[in-house]
Amino acid sequence: MNHDVIIRIEGLKKEYVLGSENIVRALAGVDLTITSGSYVAIMGPSGSGKSTMLNLLGCLDRPTAGRYFLGEEDVSTMSDDDLSRARGKRIGFIFQSYNLIPQLTVIENIQVPLFYQGESLAESYDRCVELAKLVGLADRLEHRPMQLSGGQQQRVAIARSLANNPLMILADEPTGNLDSKTGAEVLEMIDRLNEGGKTIVLVTHDEKVAKRAHRVLHMKDGLIDREVLQRTVPGGAKRQSNSGHFDSTVADSDTLQTLTPPTRAPGH
Amino acid sequence: MLTYNFISTVQLGIKNLLLHKLRSGLTILGIIFGVCSVISMLAIGEGASYEAQEAIKKLGSNNIILRSLKPPANQSDTGGSRSFELEYGLTYEDGSRIQATIPGINFVLPMRMIRDKVRFGENFAACQIIGTKPFYPEIVAMEMLAGRFLTETDEKNRNNICVVTLSVARKLFPYQNPLDHSIKIGSTYYRVVGIGRETNTPEQRTQSGNSDGETLDQFVYIPLATARARFGETIIRGQFPSLEFEKVQLHEIRVNMADTAAVEAADPQIKTLLERFHKEADFEMIVPLQLLRQAEETKRIFNIVLGSIAAISLLVGGIGIMNIMLATVTERTREIGVRRALGAKKRDITLQFLVETIVLSIGGGLIGVVVGILVPVMVSLLADMKTIVTLWSVLLAFGISGAIGILFGIYPASTAAELDPIEALRHE
Repeated sequence: MNHDVIIRIEGLKKEYVLGSENIVRALAGVDLTITSGSYVAIMGPSGSGKSTMLNLLGCLDRPTAGRYFLGEEDVSTMSDDDLSRARGKRIGFIFQSYNLIPQLTVIENIQVPLFYQGESLAESYDRCVELAKLVGLADRLEHRPMQLSGGQQQRVAIARSLANNPLMILADEPTGNLDSKTGAEVLEMIDRLNEGGKTIVLVTHDEKVAKRAHRVLHMKDGLIDREVLQRTVPGGAKRQSNSGHFDSTVADSDTLQTLTPPTRAPGH
Repeated sequence: MLTYNFISTVQLGIKNLLLHKLRSGLTILGIIFGVCSVISMLAIGEGASYEAQEAIKKLGSNNIILRSLKPPANQSDTGGSRSFELEYGLTYEDGSRIQATIPGINFVLPMRMIRDKVRFGENFAACQIIGTKPFYPEIVAMEMLAGRFLTETDEKNRNNICVVTLSVARKLFPYQNPLDHSIKIGSTYYRVVGIGRETNTPEQRTQSGNSDGETLDQFVYIPLATARARFGETIIRGQFPSLEFEKVQLHEIRVNMADTAAVEAADPQIKTLLERFHKEADFEMIVPLQLLRQAEETKRIFNIVLGSIAAISLLVGGIGIMNIMLATVTERTREIGVRRALGAKKRDITLQFLVETIVLSIGGGLIGVVVGILVPVMVSLLADMKTIVTLWSVLLAFGISGAIGILFGIYPASTAAELDPIEALRHE
């Protein structure tokens, strides 16, 4: 097995029992492998199972059957606490409606994932300030989400998704609530994260958004109907040469450098 | 690390509570009232019973007090034979029988009491003439201010001497030293040999504002033998023509026991002994020790009742907290979903909401303790009631408020933790 593989899904099924005779098969046995540093878009009409796929990928739910390896761990049979830990350690979420916590400031929002990793706010402060700089909000640290524009809020969410240095960033319609201009900016930022070595899994129904990925999975009736490999963005070839450890990005362009998240101190 | 994060959680909780100041304030009010009422009600109850107990203690917990009582009027008796001499009450015999048969007795103090006018020159005072024995001051707390008390010699010789209390002395002798002057009671003169004061009897009935309240301690003490000789045993009451003749030997017998255990043993014995010689219920027995026990029992019941009323108000406060927390959980469902997605475990969410509830109830408890200590002080000042704030009532109230915070916080907190993160994230 290639050590570059960070997600391995085998025969993943998810069924919802709605009534005594009414069972909805949301996922009908999906097989999928995602390697480190790839940029994957999941598309499909509503009811195709893409939301269920997202929930399972994000360790928010457990499959009815099948296996899901995230890194070396099998998360398909994990307890609730272990799932929480897996989410907190390995996944960065970006939501359509940003989902920032309204009573916290920008910097505190970025710190939330680290707080649940047991890091004190003082310990994580400096690194989170770096992340805020990375998304261009260094001057808004003490603002509340309500004081920010949608684009800015989504950038805070991006910074937050990077805080725990995740194995994969899971973006659910990240531009759904944004106008096309700010949406493009956010996508640009995600692109550059990917160039910096981050693995991106993006769920969307927007063709234009999906175009940016170099692998598009079209879902239909709970299965991956077809897979389209697209022209990779510049630097994609370089990612192949990465030694699997996405932190140690070999970046030779300025943009890459600026968007490489500061690595967490060793020992975490 | 864990403690640091706990502090952060507490800070976050306080921050969240401060976001809704009015709501938190109103919620906390329930706990404040609860704690405050527990403390102040118990303080008032404690104060009231303290006063009652002090009053009883003044009667002396080692004493048994026997008093003559006029038996209930017998209709056929008075109507038919027109017997105008009514004979009742305790006798000298009773005293000596008690002295002889009951173990553990220190003193048996017989007392005769006659109300009469006492004169000196042009001054007079309506006094209680008490015919008693020389050891009277040893049983009734009494302080001699001048001269001496009655002696055995006085008793033996039926001397016409007397001891007066300070208030009598003031009234009869405004400008003179009463010692060695003779005062007139009835038709006999008595030489004043001493001035004393009963320390447990207030000089005046405390009637607020009125300095001319009824004097309670206008006593003149004379030897018992003298009283018997001078006043006889028949007392004539009322005015002509409706005179009442009463024959009473002793008005009161105070039995002073060695200790409280002896009091308890002697109590039924004396009752049985006296009932054999008194067919009619013409005496009463007052046992201060039993009154004290009753007062304690009353206080206990009082405390339970007040405590439960106050505890109910705390309970209501707790329900208020739970209500608000459940609303808060619903309102913050999305936030809970986000936190769960970002790695919060169920127990992190539980802790977060539990901490908010506990901060509310402990905060309310602290304010309640302060107010609860101030209220009894105000009551004491304004209503002239004695109040005693006991440490245990403060601890109890504070403890209950803390317990209520945990108890009523667990349900909303676990509701929050049990939310499905997917559902919570979708919540609008």
